[in-house]
Amino acid sequence: MSTENWQNQAAETQHNSEGQQYLSFVLDAEEYGIDILRVQELRGWTPVTPVPDMPEYIKGVLNLRGAIVPVVDLRKRFGLPEKDYGPTTVVIVIKVDSGTKERIMGIIVDAVAETYTLTQDQIQPPPQIGGGISSEFITGLVAQEEKMIVLMDIDELMNSDELAIDVPALSNAK
Amino acid sequence: MSIDLSQFIATFLEESYEGIDVMENSLLSLEADDDEAINVIFRAAHSIKGGAGTFGFNEVADFTHVVETLLDEVRSGQQNVTPDLINLLLESVDCIKGLLEATQDGPQADLQQIEDVKQRLQVYIVAHDGADDASEENTEDSAGTEDQSWEIHFSAESEILENGHEPALMFSALADLGTLSVTAELDALPALSECDPQLLYLSWSLNCQSDCPKSEIAEVFEWVEDECRLVINKIVSQKAHSRNWQISFAPQSDVLNTGNDPALMFIALAELGDLKVVANTDKLLSLHEHIADALHISWQLSLNADCEKQQIADIFEWVEDLCELQISELSATDKQQNNAVDAKDTSAGTADNKKADGDKAKARSSKAAESTSIRVDTDKIDSLINRVGELVITQAMLGQVGDDLSDIAGVNTERLQEGLEQLERNTRDLQEDVMRVRMLPVSFVFNRFPRLVHDVSGKLSKKVELIISGEQTEIDKTVMEKIGDPMVHLVRNSLDHGLEEPAQRIAAGKPETGTLKLDAYHQGGFVVIDIIDDGNGLNTEKIRAKAIEKELITQDQQLSDDEINGLIFKPGFSTADVVSDLSGRGVGLDVVMRNIESLGGQVSVKSEPGKGSAFSIKLPLTLAILEGQLVRVHEDTYVIPLVSIVETIVINKEGKNPIAGEEKLLHFRDEYISHLDLKKLFNLPGADSAAGSDTTLVAIVENAGKKVGLVVDELYGQQQVVIKSLEVNFKRIEGLSGATILGDGSVALILDVAGLIQRGLNFEVASAVQSRNKLQNERTQGYL
Repeated sequence: MSTENWQNQAAETQHNSEGQQYLSFVLDAEEYGIDILRVQELRGWTPVTPVPDMPEYIKGVLNLRGAIVPVVDLRKRFGLPEKDYGPTTVVIVIKVDSGTKERIMGIIVDAVAETYTLTQDQIQPPPQIGGGISSEFITGLVAQEEKMIVLMDIDELMNSDELAIDVPALSNAK
Repeated sequence: MSIDLSQFIATFLEESYEGIDVMENSLLSLEADDDEAINVIFRAAHSIKGGAGTFGFNEVADFTHVVETLLDEVRSGQQNVTPDLINLLLESVDCIKGLLEATQDGPQADLQQIEDVKQRLQVYIVAHDGADDASEENTEDSAGTEDQSWEIHFSAESEILENGHEPALMFSALADLGTLSVTAELDALPALSECDPQLLYLSWSLNCQSDCPKSEIAEVFEWVEDECRLVINKIVSQKAHSRNWQISFAPQSDVLNTGNDPALMFIALAELGDLKVVANTDKLLSLHEHIADALHISWQLSLNADCEKQQIADIFEWVEDLCELQISELSATDKQQNNAVDAKDTSAGTADNKKADGDKAKARSSKAAESTSIRVDTDKIDSLINRVGELVITQAMLGQVGDDLSDIAGVNTERLQEGLEQLERNTRDLQEDVMRVRMLPVSFVFNRFPRLVHDVSGKLSKKVELIISGEQTEIDKTVMEKIGDPMVHLVRNSLDHGLEEPAQRIAAGKPETGTLKLDAYHQGGFVVIDIIDDGNGLNTEKIRAKAIEKELITQDQQLSDDEINGLIFKPGFSTADVVSDLSGRGVGLDVVMRNIESLGGQVSVKSEPGKGSAFSIKLPLTLAILEGQLVRVHEDTYVIPLVSIVETIVINKEGKNPIAGEEKLLHFRDEYISHLDLKKLFNLPGADSAAGSDTTLVAIVENAGKKVGLVVDELYGQQQVVIKSLEVNFKRIEGLSGATILGDGSVALILDVAGLIQRGLNFEVASAVQSRNKLQNERTQGYL
């Protein structure tokens, strides 16, 4: 994305107050967007402490200035092919609404791409059958310059399966 | 009044509950002639009454007033302290508590019971007084059908306006009580040119025609009572007889230095009636010895006036600490003062005097307390503790950087290291100090037991002596809050099932009165609370039988007595039909154990048949920090709470006893214990390779009397770690009690031994199922 584009987007924000800003990131050559207000910070990849007996996609926990924050590898979460973590690998620290409380969690993505300001009418409804990720986590699709951006519902995603607060004790039988 | 009082209600309630605790404790230790204890109770009741009136909790105020009246009679020696009286007062305390709770959305107070207690209190008061004046006093005080008026003299300090008090508002509050006429006294008014608009030069005489009790009038002035001179007199229609007062007034020699002038007092007295003054000059020094400001004269005054004792006392109010003052009424005349109203006034007057004394004493002591303690929201302290925790981690991080730099010689490196050492010391001290802020003496929990023991033993008609020791041992507030209920349960348990009835005890050759001992002390980084009774002890046979019935153990299982006794903490042991035998309230000891373990503590029981049982609770000093043993499992560092570790040992192949081809048991000090391979349990790689090696490193841990060996790869150091919750941003994970941050900034997980054992059991079951399935599959495939 060019600076010009960013400026266009910024200008658009001013013109369209109803627009919502999204941060997009790259995952296996696809671009996904999440509500930018949910993003607390971006961190480079540093090794995390694995938590025993968790599904593979929960990489572990990291120390975020004293808070213990779980980190999820989105590639693994969606069953995408593995890729070594490199200099562009980013942990996006997000605020997740978990019903009774807000949790701080991290997601590992290939790289951060852009920010967009999108209005409601630019967003198309999610398809019945998704691509890389399950359609239940998709809130909509947006076409931007011949690219498709998948908007993700992070609350749905980060409260699913073993990430949910009250999961009955995991079966230890493996 | 225009002040929004609601913001003070919480404080009032908090103080009242404290007051109630004080009353309860003092009542329980109350013996005849213990003036100080009675005073303490009286003061607490008085404060509650005053506060309740201010905040409009009239039921509380009314009820407490009756209690106070009785207490006052006790204080003045008119009532004897009997067990009955104490019980009645204890019930009254419960009523006050109930009424207070009812004001805060609590359950509705039991009005029937309150009325009942109130009646009994009044019976006491009346029974003593014999005369009808007491009942009249009550009807008068509460109903107040008579016409009466109050004369109020109010002169305030000149700065009172700056403090935000507005006499006009007080007067309008008075006007709400009845018909009010106000006369301002202008004597002190300076010339207009000298007037400071911020200061008050006026004083007032007010006449309020109202049938309200005196306390209601006093309440109007409650906020300024420290800053004004207030005289409230009841004007009764009957002209009272002139009374003779004998006053002996011996001020200290430095009274003049305090700005008090006896001459002015005498003038004030003279305003009340005929005054005769006789100076006593015995102590007067010869002229050359005389010091200008010292006073060596005392006086005998006789006053013939229609006034109350209180009015006289009021005049000496400012010097009462600085003098010996005796005010007595000469009874020669007017002995026939049996007018009920007058009599009431006199007693009210003296009562008020006493009240004033009590209040002053309290104000003094609370002032002293104020300078040494403040109330702080625990949230603020917790965030402070968190912040310090961060600082400790940062300090550790910097320390490591410093160590890494130590190869590089240079002046700056040295200075850096010196600085880092200082930082470490200071951080450690800071952390200890901050932790101590949260510590409270365990007496906060122990205090409730005298009452509990009194009540329960009364109900069970057992004689019990409660011995409390070590109540000054300090413990974290959070731990304290959570330890109360389990302790109540254990104490009740001891009273109910441990201690026998007097007859039984005598038959067993024991003293009739049983003893229940509560003891608290420090042991290492822990606080131990012992609950010891000299009762019958646990019935080991019965427990064993019950455990077999509940299938907790098998018929042929050989267990030591201690192990059998430990079974009473098992969930499922306390079921309905066991309740009558061992518990009684449907809450099992397993709940006690769970609560204590959730605090990172342990509970154990020792019992000797016929001699008694001893429950021992071991608690961490704080929930925020844990003494941990750092261990390596695979590539990661884990923390095992030091409290759980019995021993760490290296065992070689011979130490392992294969059972059915699998090495599951360890031989450890004449015991066989099962072991858990953490790598296997956590599904970490390399689990199988360890099994093949010759030696294994095992940390023997204990929980609920059950020992398990945890197989680890390496032992690191022991250190204090700051406990971080995994639940805040993630969730509870079985087998882990939290996480901590190590010196290098990485996260280490803290193992929860109880959870691990549970998890280990599941694991065993699961792998058994799995291997059987595997076998099954192989067979099926073989058939195919």
